[in-house]
Amino acid sequence: MLSSYFGSGSIVTQDTSPSFAAAVSQSVLLLVESGKAKPSYVDEVLESLKTLGPYFVIAPGLALAHAKPSNSVLAPGMALLRLAEPVISGSANDPVSLIFSMCSPNSSEHMEMLGDFGELMSTDEAMNNLLNASAVSVIKDILFKKAL
Amino acid sequence: MLIYAVCGAGIGTSVLLKSNAERALSMLGIEAEVRAVSIEEARGADKMAQVVLATPEILDQLAGIPAEVIAINNIFDLGELGEKLKATLS
Repeated sequence: MLSSYFGSGSIVTQDTSPSFAAAVSQSVLLLVESGKAKPSYVDEVLESLKTLGPYFVIAPGLALAHAKPSNSVLAPGMALLRLAEPVISGSANDPVSLIFSMCSPNSSEHMEMLGDFGELMSTDEAMNNLLNASAVSVIKDILFKKAL
Repeated sequence: MLIYAVCGAGIGTSVLLKSNAERALSMLGIEAEVRAVSIEEARGADKMAQVVLATPEILDQLAGIPAEVIAINNIFDLGELGEKLKATLS
């Protein structure tokens, strides 16, 4: 059930972000604010972005920001920052408007979460609907409808 | 056949890549074991995979490993995965 991994207030929409790194930081902060990770997890994800580049921009317009399991993670979780005006990450999948973030305390507890997410996003319909959704309620309908 | 799906952490991108690669392989009728691993695990593996799947940004980190490395731009696109796997495996 994908909805159980998104904490309260962990889906946010806004017009713009100053940079891809700022958007990633903000998305990961939603995990912190919803009790899924400690603030140090934000630094770990930004460090991973700095070292490896925007490899977690995994589909056109979509990023899934994350770092390795660590003591900074409290529970498996997901969050989403959706930008009306997409940002440039340096990936072939630019520009990016859906900045998902995820965390897991180990390499197993998030398997169901990613399984549901992967299955949903592999349909063109869900992907296109999400890219065009501007209201949080609509985003929730798309993300949670099939996973309930 | 052994295939590695690789990402920086070995828990996110690689897991999604693994499950979609499995779907693409089953559509092609190809039997293979797909493992989600981190860059370090792929580099240090005792048993090297025949094929390695990764997003383009980390290809540099995988340079020199003795496997066919395939870059996947859109990991949700079963068409892209299927075509690239088919081209490499046939």
